[in-house]
Amino acid sequence: MGNKKDFGLYACGIALFLIILPLGNVLGFVSGNTISLWGRYFCFAIVALGVDLIWGYTGILSMCQAFFFCLGGYSVAMHIVLKGATASGTNGIPMPDFMAWNQVEALPFFWVPFQSFGLSLALGLLIPAAFALVFGYFIFRSRIRGVYMAIITQALALAMWLIFLRNETMLGGTNGLTDFKTLLGLSLSTPGMKLGLYLVSLITLGVAFWFSRKLVDSKFGKVLQAIRDSESRTSYTAYRVMHYKLAIFILAALLAAVAGMLYAPQTGIITPGRMDVRASVEMVMWVAIGGRGKLKGAILGSLIVNFLYSICTSLFPDSWLFILGFLFVTTVLYFDKGLLGMLETVAAKLGSKRKPSPQPAGHEVMQS
Amino acid sequence: MLLTVKNLSVSFGGVHALNLSGFNLLNRELRVIIGPNGAGKSTFLDILCGKTKADAGQVHFDGHSVLGKSEVRIADMGIGRKFQKPSVFPSLTVYDNMLLAFKMNKGIFASLFFKPNQEIDDRIHEVALKVGLQKCLGKVAGELSHGQKQWLEIAIVVLQDPKLMLIDEPAAGMSDEETEKTGELLLQLARQHAIIVIEHDMKFVEQIAQDLVTVLVRGKLLMEGTFEEVRNDQRVIDSYLGRANVQLENF
Repeated sequence: MGNKKDFGLYACGIALFLIILPLGNVLGFVSGNTISLWGRYFCFAIVALGVDLIWGYTGILSMCQAFFFCLGGYSVAMHIVLKGATASGTNGIPMPDFMAWNQVEALPFFWVPFQSFGLSLALGLLIPAAFALVFGYFIFRSRIRGVYMAIITQALALAMWLIFLRNETMLGGTNGLTDFKTLLGLSLSTPGMKLGLYLVSLITLGVAFWFSRKLVDSKFGKVLQAIRDSESRTSYTAYRVMHYKLAIFILAALLAAVAGMLYAPQTGIITPGRMDVRASVEMVMWVAIGGRGKLKGAILGSLIVNFLYSICTSLFPDSWLFILGFLFVTTVLYFDKGLLGMLETVAAKLGSKRKPSPQPAGHEVMQS
Repeated sequence: MLLTVKNLSVSFGGVHALNLSGFNLLNRELRVIIGPNGAGKSTFLDILCGKTKADAGQVHFDGHSVLGKSEVRIADMGIGRKFQKPSVFPSLTVYDNMLLAFKMNKGIFASLFFKPNQEIDDRIHEVALKVGLQKCLGKVAGELSHGQKQWLEIAIVVLQDPKLMLIDEPAAGMSDEETEKTGELLLQLARQHAIIVIEHDMKFVEQIAQDLVTVLVRGKLLMEGTFEEVRNDQRVIDSYLGRANVQLENF
């Protein structure tokens, strides 16, 4: 019976995002900007899935997901910028304009692999994964958890943000990377390309959701929840908790990186502002508001909060942070299961009024 | 000899929590450890299962040294621990709690590609029946009563199929009826596993003490003997039993 309700939800989602919006765009009702906007929301939803896996399911509050997101974003952005590069370096490889302005003479060595699209994708996944592996190894080996985990990951996010801000890092400094022209030879500004990226993001989100679903339903997912419930009991039951934590930390980093890769070309710019501490905290808030510990909640939360963000920033530009704060505080105080939990409670209440047998229904809701 | 302990000592901030000259346990022996609060009973179990590091001494289990090994290695060697405060996975169902405990390959990939099978299912039902949770398998563990959580944790330990079970105050907070049931369960389990039980409730100790009882006082071994010997020993009465009359749970 939970499946029937889910089916309706999926059907609505698919109808709206896979048929109505793209069709509207082709027929001219829906602007290319709206399409790009939703394409970006889907990227955020992919990150949110990762946040939910590591925080909602495993209970590890990682506050550096935006950093991993940007590692993915930068790798694709570097490739795009290189393809549109016009300034010439002394070693014969064209280099981006901002380097010429900064009196750089030749393309730095670490930019070279990003000339290839395939390598850019591979590095965009490999670098965050390696980072998560090394960083996570030291954190989890020292048994850092709870609020200390949150603090140390925030410190990482802050440190990386400072590094990316500097011009010496050769990644565009404060201005980030922009002036994107083509990807795989296709212009990024055409409506067709925008729609294409939108669809790729949507499909990636679908695949990420399906994969995460499989993961949390497997025994692996149960071990994650066991770690959240009682880490010591999990160790005494002979599970190597550190391996599981590392695996899920890397996976969440990968999801964030994939999202970043899709995000950069749709936005047309990537700056260190995307990876500051606030960005990571907001990602956690999407999941909290949507419903932590439920994959659908993470997607719902990220889509709704970002949609609200777009509306509110145009209606009341100054008060967005107040609105977000208010939403967050009310969620924490009154709906600790998030928006999805609230909807399910309401649905269960309505259902129990209609049907005289509330007992199994209530239980199903707990399970789903 | 399944477990031999020699000159085991540990101190916390200069206070000797445990200073145990010797302790031996046979295969399938059920040993009860009693002693006043702060006698080092729980500390002893903590060392055996890898939670606390010992300062000095030797612990040999089944021919291997235990000290210095991680909790996971010790659990793999066949020592299972039940804590005083029930420690289960409250958001998982009783069935899943037991499934996670079942002895199998517990690596990441083994968990990812795990497929449930009949053998595991049968075993879980068998253990659930043993601990009286067969009707609660679909329930979320957090909704169980205190006594049921204690039994679930015992079931978790049993499913790991350990050679030695360390059980810390299994009857704490249980009703008389539940306590008696727990006692029967432990006696039944002692046919397949060696068990060390820590307990305060002398009535419960009397029920389960079929082999030896060990008395610890201030981290030291006071005496070892049958329940009758221990109950009638003047030193035990002076240092432990005489102070509060019967039940020594809360002083």
